[in-house]
Amino acid sequence: MAWAVAAVLGLLLLLGSPGGCGGSPGPPRDSLREELLLSPLPSGDIAATFQFRARWDSELHREGVSHYRLFPKALGQLISKYLVRELHLSLTQGFWRTRTWGQPYLQAPAGAELWVWFQDSVTDVDKAWKELSNILSGIFCASLNFIDSTNTVTPTASFKPLGLANVTDHHLLRYAVLPREIVCTENLTPWKKLLPCSSKAGLAVLLKAERLFHTSYHSQAVHIRPICRDASCLSVSWELRQTLTVVFDTFSIGQGKRDWSLFKMFSRTVTEACPLASESKIYVDISSKTQENELLEVTPPPLSVHEASVQGDRRTYAVYDLLSPLLFNVSRSLNVQLKWKRPQDSLDLSTPVLHAQRYVSGYGLQTGEISTLIYNTHPYRAFPVILLETVPWYLRLYVHTLVITTKGKENKPSYIHYQPAQDRRRPHLLEMLIQLPANSVTKITIQFERALLKWTEYTPDPNHGFYVSPSVLSALVPSVLAMKAEDAEKSPLFTSLFPSADGSSYFVRLYTEPLLVNLPTPDFSMPYNVICLTCTVVAVCYGSFYNLLTRTFHVEEPSRGGLAKRLANIIRKVRGVPPL
Amino acid sequence: MAAPLVLGILVAVTVRAVLYRSSLAGFISERVEVASPLNAWKRVVEGLALLDLGVSPYSGDVFHETPLIIYLFHFLIEYSELVFMITDVLTAVALYLAVQDFNKVVFKKQKLLIELDRYASDVAELIRTPMEMHYIPLKVALFYLLNPYTVMSCVAKSTCAINNTVIAFFILATIKGSTLLSAIFLSIATYQSLYPLTLFAPALLYLLQRQFIPVKLKSKDFWLYTTQYAALYLCSLVVIVCLSFFLLNSWDFIPSVYGFILSVPDLTPNIGLFWYFFAEMFEHFSLFFVCVFQINVFFYTIPLAVKLKEHPIFFLFIQLAIISIFKSYPTVGDVALYMAFLPLWSHLYRFLRNIFILSCVLIVCSLLFPVLWHLWIYAGSANSNFYYAITLTFNVGQILLISDYFYAFLRREYYLTHGLYLTRKDGTEAMLVLK
Repeated sequence: MAWAVAAVLGLLLLLGSPGGCGGSPGPPRDSLREELLLSPLPSGDIAATFQFRARWDSELHREGVSHYRLFPKALGQLISKYLVRELHLSLTQGFWRTRTWGQPYLQAPAGAELWVWFQDSVTDVDKAWKELSNILSGIFCASLNFIDSTNTVTPTASFKPLGLANVTDHHLLRYAVLPREIVCTENLTPWKKLLPCSSKAGLAVLLKAERLFHTSYHSQAVHIRPICRDASCLSVSWELRQTLTVVFDTFSIGQGKRDWSLFKMFSRTVTEACPLASESKIYVDISSKTQENELLEVTPPPLSVHEASVQGDRRTYAVYDLLSPLLFNVSRSLNVQLKWKRPQDSLDLSTPVLHAQRYVSGYGLQTGEISTLIYNTHPYRAFPVILLETVPWYLRLYVHTLVITTKGKENKPSYIHYQPAQDRRRPHLLEMLIQLPANSVTKITIQFERALLKWTEYTPDPNHGFYVSPSVLSALVPSVLAMKAEDAEKSPLFTSLFPSADGSSYFVRLYTEPLLVNLPTPDFSMPYNVICLTCTVVAVCYGSFYNLLTRTFHVEEPSRGGLAKRLANIIRKVRGVPPL
Repeated sequence: MAAPLVLGILVAVTVRAVLYRSSLAGFISERVEVASPLNAWKRVVEGLALLDLGVSPYSGDVFHETPLIIYLFHFLIEYSELVFMITDVLTAVALYLAVQDFNKVVFKKQKLLIELDRYASDVAELIRTPMEMHYIPLKVALFYLLNPYTVMSCVAKSTCAINNTVIAFFILATIKGSTLLSAIFLSIATYQSLYPLTLFAPALLYLLQRQFIPVKLKSKDFWLYTTQYAALYLCSLVVIVCLSFFLLNSWDFIPSVYGFILSVPDLTPNIGLFWYFFAEMFEHFSLFFVCVFQINVFFYTIPLAVKLKEHPIFFLFIQLAIISIFKSYPTVGDVALYMAFLPLWSHLYRFLRNIFILSCVLIVCSLLFPVLWHLWIYAGSANSNFYYAITLTFNVGQILLISDYFYAFLRREYYLTHGLYLTRKDGTEAMLVLK
């Protein structure tokens, strides 16, 4: 009997112990990588791209998670509550000038952009989308609560998931842009708070608002997506990337000189790596067009040089590993300085393979035309591009006026998805797959009519105009040299933003300019007057008809005269004159 | 009589053809006075383009035509100019035949009343003679064909012309006395734009008069005929609506067409009163005023039916005018339709009080519409109030014109029964007042 009890007790102990049956492996592992990429641009400006990647080997949806370490709790709870599969939010000020600055690594449209893929177990996607945008609005202090059905669309071909995906029903995708949104310190502070080291250690010490907003282009983004935990891809990890791209202008910051340094750009230097980071590196783009002499001299001399093929180009990067003890041997702080060895000639300007431009034409406040020009400067390869246009409902598009011409001839898109707008409910959505021949310019024009809105629907500054969100171009651009797929964990973060299908092309997503369109306005000071006058006209009709319908003709009876006549007769009698 | 009509038709068709080929065609089709969101040709083309793309034309808010128009233009889109010229000609011919028949009826009735001694003794000047009535049908047809409003409407290819044709055929069928055809055309007209529903009353009164059924609420014949007519009308309406369902296999067209007409969501400026009123309306009262304005179109029917039950065609004319003035998206094509009837009442000219000033108001307003539109939208030196003011003036002009004709009609009726030269009890000349 005793041995039975002992056996039962032993069994209970085994089952009761936390590491008992199955064996949960302990808290999920997470890692942080931070990286700064400095790329001098052909026009003399410099672009700095920060990337902070927190990767968490946990399945947020299945296990009840309560212990957050490097992954911010605010976002983790958001993902598990609203069953989000992917979330991409960007807040941008300025416009990336592709023709003078080259192809961007990750471009974002001016204003705020949010696109989310939900899990297929979500029943009411619109409700989840609305609540999600409101919560993000609170987290990032941005007015994302203005995202509603009038500016949300469901693209069918663009914005395919960037992470792991097994179900791609596009009804689970929502996309919205707020072109009028302004980015300021108020949005930077909560973004910085999501970083594990905040702005106290590591590369984040460089993120000072007064310098970051004194730039031509400022874009901060948050990307959350599921990725394969390892090469076998049996389980899923969550990846949170926080990216911040700024472009410093050579004339306003650089005082006309093209020499840059971390201190000149950020008025700070780096003293240590973030203690929580497993990798902390600074990359400086020192690639040159000619192999003989280098254009750029970088001090302090880099400990290693990394070569990578990025966007179809072979580039060389000087690497500063902040975690290596050799770096801070000489001085306590690291101030990377870039000096141009010889004057840069404008021949270094390489036109990007794909760039686009959009503008509004027409005059007057009744009609107009939106024209998009897409340039394919590849000398011999043609490739297709998906164009996504979201136009607000008050600009009524006429799809029968859509004309696409390339080199003077008509170019029929192989796929068109058009969803017309419903007044005050949803915007126009136009998605097309257009084949761009080699070395050509494609012009896409569509006419629209401007609507008169109700006086309460205008913004407080109605003559400023109304914004049309930027259109999105997604393409797999063929690259000149074959790129081999490198291991995502070992290559720099900026090369693994977009999953690459094969080495012969790279994915590019470009945004065009937002448009500013004026609408005819009613007179805002007149509501009472208008109501009175219109009701008067209706009353004129009512009164005339009432008289004619209810009264009949009568012969007028002579009356004794009115009061005035009688008084006049009295006076006449006094004067002795005959009466009236 | 046919020869002058054919000549008139040829002239009208030539004018339209010339305008189609000129650069004015584009300018006219853009004009908001001529093309409204309900009947613009651009939107018909857009709807057909959406259908080609595989999207339902009613899924957006651009196309508000009935499926009948889709059926019609799906095959005839290449010949659209010809279609619109033919519809104008058909309208004119239908009005010509209708008025010809109506004149015969009027003359017969007048003869009967003279024989029954219903008229006073000194009203010989007011009696209408066949000589003066001889040219009225031609005048009506030409008034419609050569009216600048009609020409502009045709050149802009506004589907208002098709609505006018249906109403003209309805009038012809009613005057000829065919109950079935009248009900069918009325149901097509109601199906196209909701408001011809109010023309049911004058048509019923005319048909009853033609059948010599007195309008007495206790009379069995009256109710029998009324239910017969109403049943024919409703059944044809149901048949047409069901046929429209089978075009796209959905009821989407009902909120898109009738919901749009009734709830007025699109505030594109036009010559009516709705657009600026609802652009400046407080949100809270929007529904209330939409209901008030829509009821305003329908509620003159019963009082007018009571007052004008002996004169249903005049009632029809007043009702058409009220529809054209107070409908939610009026255009000059609607105005042209009731103006075509004015020659019919040319014998009322001596009793009209303000005809000169009203015609000046209407002509000046028509000329000012494009000017002030240009100043607001293109030059930017005026604002929406200018265009709104002209809208108000134009509508006041139209309202006063109609009430002036109504007044003249009622006055003539009084003179016919009481004598033209009225004297007071003391022998002096009498004044007639409305009390």
